[in-house]
Amino acid sequence: MAMADATADDYRDSPGQLVTADGKPLKVALRRALRRQRMISLALAAPLLVFVLVSFIMPIADMLFRSVENEIVADILPRTVTALDGWDETAGELPGEDVYAALVQDLKVAKENRTNTQVGQRLNYEKSGMSSLFRGSARKAARMTEGPYRPAMIEAHKAWGEVETWQTIKLFAPEYTIGYFISAIDAKRTADGGLEFLPEEKAIYGTLFVRTMMMSVAITVMTLLLGFPIAYMISTASTKTGNLLLILVLLPFWTSLLVRTTSWIALLQQQGVINDALVFIGLVSESGRLELIHNATGSVIAMTHILLPFMVLPLYSVMKTIPPSYMRAATSLGAHPWLAFWKVYFPGTVPGIGAGAILVFILAIGYYITPELVGGTSGTFISNRIAYNISTSLNWGLAAALGCILLGIVVIFFVLYEKIVGIDNMKLG
Amino acid sequence: MKSLRTVTYVAAAAIGFAATAGTASAETNLVVVSWGGAYSASQQNAYHDPYMANNPAVKIVNDDSANEAVAKLRAMNEAGNVTWDLVDVVAADAIRLCDEGLAEPIDHDAVLAKAPDGTPASKDFGNLIVSECFIPQIVYSTTFGYRTDLVKEKPASVCDVFDLAKIPGKRALEKNPINNMEWALICDGVKPDQVYDVLGTDAGVERALAKLGTIKDDVVWWTRGAQTPQLLADGEVVIGSTYNGRLFSVIEEEKQPIAMLWDWQVFDLDGWIIPKGTKNKQAVLDYLKFATDTQRLADQAKYISYGPARKSSAPLVGKHAELGIDMAPHMPTDPKNAKTTLLYNYEFWADHRDDIDERFQAWLLQ
Amino acid sequence: MSGIPAYASLPERAWYYGFRVICAAIFFFLIFPLMVIVPLSFNAVPFFTFTPEMLSFDPSGYSLKWYEDFFTNLNWQGAVWNSIVIAIFSTLISATLGTLAALGLSRSTMPYRTLVMSLLISPMIVPLIISAAGMYFFYSRIGLQGTYIGVILAHAALGTPFVVITVTATLVSFDRNLMRASASLGATPVTTFFKVIVPLIAPGVISGALFAFITSFDEVVVVLFVGSFEQRTIPWQMFSGIREQISPTILAVATLLTLVSMMMLFALELLRRRSERLRGIRTT
Repeated sequence: MAMADATADDYRDSPGQLVTADGKPLKVALRRALRRQRMISLALAAPLLVFVLVSFIMPIADMLFRSVENEIVADILPRTVTALDGWDETAGELPGEDVYAALVQDLKVAKENRTNTQVGQRLNYEKSGMSSLFRGSARKAARMTEGPYRPAMIEAHKAWGEVETWQTIKLFAPEYTIGYFISAIDAKRTADGGLEFLPEEKAIYGTLFVRTMMMSVAITVMTLLLGFPIAYMISTASTKTGNLLLILVLLPFWTSLLVRTTSWIALLQQQGVINDALVFIGLVSESGRLELIHNATGSVIAMTHILLPFMVLPLYSVMKTIPPSYMRAATSLGAHPWLAFWKVYFPGTVPGIGAGAILVFILAIGYYITPELVGGTSGTFISNRIAYNISTSLNWGLAAALGCILLGIVVIFFVLYEKIVGIDNMKLG
Repeated sequence: MKSLRTVTYVAAAAIGFAATAGTASAETNLVVVSWGGAYSASQQNAYHDPYMANNPAVKIVNDDSANEAVAKLRAMNEAGNVTWDLVDVVAADAIRLCDEGLAEPIDHDAVLAKAPDGTPASKDFGNLIVSECFIPQIVYSTTFGYRTDLVKEKPASVCDVFDLAKIPGKRALEKNPINNMEWALICDGVKPDQVYDVLGTDAGVERALAKLGTIKDDVVWWTRGAQTPQLLADGEVVIGSTYNGRLFSVIEEEKQPIAMLWDWQVFDLDGWIIPKGTKNKQAVLDYLKFATDTQRLADQAKYISYGPARKSSAPLVGKHAELGIDMAPHMPTDPKNAKTTLLYNYEFWADHRDDIDERFQAWLLQ
Repeated sequence: MSGIPAYASLPERAWYYGFRVICAAIFFFLIFPLMVIVPLSFNAVPFFTFTPEMLSFDPSGYSLKWYEDFFTNLNWQGAVWNSIVIAIFSTLISATLGTLAALGLSRSTMPYRTLVMSLLISPMIVPLIISAAGMYFFYSRIGLQGTYIGVILAHAALGTPFVVITVTATLVSFDRNLMRASASLGATPVTTFFKVIVPLIAPGVISGALFAFITSFDEVVVVLFVGSFEQRTIPWQMFSGIREQISPTILAVATLLTLVSMMMLFALELLRRRSERLRGIRTT
């Protein structure tokens, strides 16, 4: 607005302008008051905003940073990295004596600081054998006193005589790398800077992302199929019955996730309650007990149960607002009950379906605990792999990159949720 | 506002609790990280309890997070807040932690007790000291146990695990390429002394996976040592790999119809490291001197069937503390059990673990 | 769905009853898993299934030993204390900050409302594994990994969205004329706040706080990463128990936790009714 830039003086000259008692134009006074009000609003929200930024948003930003951070190579091998600048990695020839001399210097320092294996481990993610190469060579390099270093290093380990070793070091020398993201999409960087995708049977993260999405869709569909009838029943029942039924939905919602997962283990095990019951009534034989757990079936069943309330509650709150008289009107005008339902009632519930489905989907794709405990190998999600990379394979950069991709997917769906439902309409219980 | 007042009281009580917890008393708390279950129990009986009886001022707190030890120590180190005092790890992790500077190097002879005959500790442990930070405790093996009542024919060789006709039913294997790949190659006809040469090539990895692929649909994959004994006892699998001590407990202590298959067991070491930055280094060293002496290591074998790491402890291994059975025949190192063995190849797996593990996990997904 | 008219045709009747059967089955699916663990937690043998003795109601098939184990085992006792202390402190933080923020957000003059709201409720939307990984890395860097303060801050962050949402919801139907009336009758803003606003939003604050409390009390992923053994909570202990060696003690704990959540639900329901009464909303 151009008006907003005008100063108070501009108004004083214009006749017929409304002014306050002390002579200020009303518009300016109002704007000031409004600004003050805005500041108060913001000040009230500020403490929490700062708290969430520091304790939550910053950690996530830090994780984004860790997924591209790669200072370790340049930190531990500074001279080598500088010396490699002048080497043409595409020519297929070994670097010159200066690079080898720099490497020996770097390794001597690294051995002293016990950092040689750290860089070895970092590079081992990109090329097998780097770990022992750096561990062994540092020991030998520490004993070298004079050149020429090139033959001495190749003598120490034959890998120093291979162009590929140097290509890997040069490729991962920059302080920032998208290498972890490339691994996260099952690809490898080639020496000439191109991308090479792994063959399908070696692909792991793509498969896992696809599986995570597919299972989340399956869970969303299951919760919708089970949630729709009971939400309908609750919304059309009398207040008293409705409240009682609603409590049956809320009770699992309030019960600890681990409690519910434990129950499903007790129910689904081969020697568990369901199999025992099936054997008892003779539906399956003792040797033919069903495999319901430690596979995708287990994950889907347990997670459908756990996420069902998140579908029922939004559905219910939308269905409650659809007057039952609409259906009655349609049937009294001659529509078959099914047609009335499909043409009159169902369209009204679509916002609820949208809200519930997106919510369940968002929650499902990030699930970790339940798939970890009941998912076996075929029922695990990308989250489980992230956790594995953090605590077992210790590739934190890759874990961070996978986390960023998952976060990106969730944010897309959350924006969708915001557009369709609006976060103000998010309700609990 | 009655409720507000209640909240205030509860908060005050909580602050009081936190305060008293913080200033407990003059006693030293040693946080010892280990594997939980029967293994921690054997350490409690053989080391912790006798030590605490002699040193009432020291309280040993058990933390069962040895599975995540490397990750947690890295985080603690970054945080500059090391809350652990002593960590029980397998040798491969000890090497890794020592390499990364997360564990304290130890002068074994200066810190540890001599053997009763005066042999210095470094000689008594011999070549089991695989890293300057590592104080070996036991030799254990990863091997198979099977349900005697559920198999038609007793398995005689590890290759029977790959034979669905001979042993039908589910088998439990670790969700990890280590050991599984070696067994697969041996059973695919690779000479045992060439296993790592073959496994070091892409074709070798594919060959091992192809062999594992023949039983893939019948495998339950485990991640924790306690799972296989549980799966065997529940009858969810008929044969499965795990640590030999866990099998001993379920066979001899819980009297389950399970027997050992020692063929091509894989030896590995387990022991202590002191995390760099512990706040109780003196107390830990004092404890270590006691807990790793000849008698204590032999005592642990009274509770669990792992071989003591000191040569001088071997003759002292006696009978099980409660069952009264001779422990020697249950040791993985007993000549009858150790006809065919592999030794965990630390160097090979340090280099190839990331790569083969990726491939293995991708294979699992298909 | 109040009754079926007398003139309903046969297919209509079939559908009417069929629909009820389907719904009953779904409700059974929702509730049965919570109920099945209760008898199993009294099992005399360490299995997860019903023994013949249990099914024939033979007293020897039942036992309290898993409860005894829970109440005497130091690991579990430490976990109970940790859970309570961590949940109380994180609830205090999230309830205080969350209520203030909700007061700001519900004012019509709040700038960048959608953006601020999105940021504030993001801890609820971001997958827990990502929150946990981010906090693990970041708290390691700043020295909070493996500390009580770290776990409390992390749980407080996870709990705030619930407080913001519930208190904002209470304020949406808040009649601002009440504040003007109070001011015109001579009350200072402070008096108005304590005498008018606080009593009206109290139910929202308390139910938000309950949500925050249960969030912390049930949370396992973040505590697994940000905490260490010293900060182990009940869910931490349950998780490692399930992965390691499943003993029916876990079922006993699960039964007790279900009781706790029933009490929470009951408290919330009372609060909801009280709030509606205070704000003059009639339950219909």
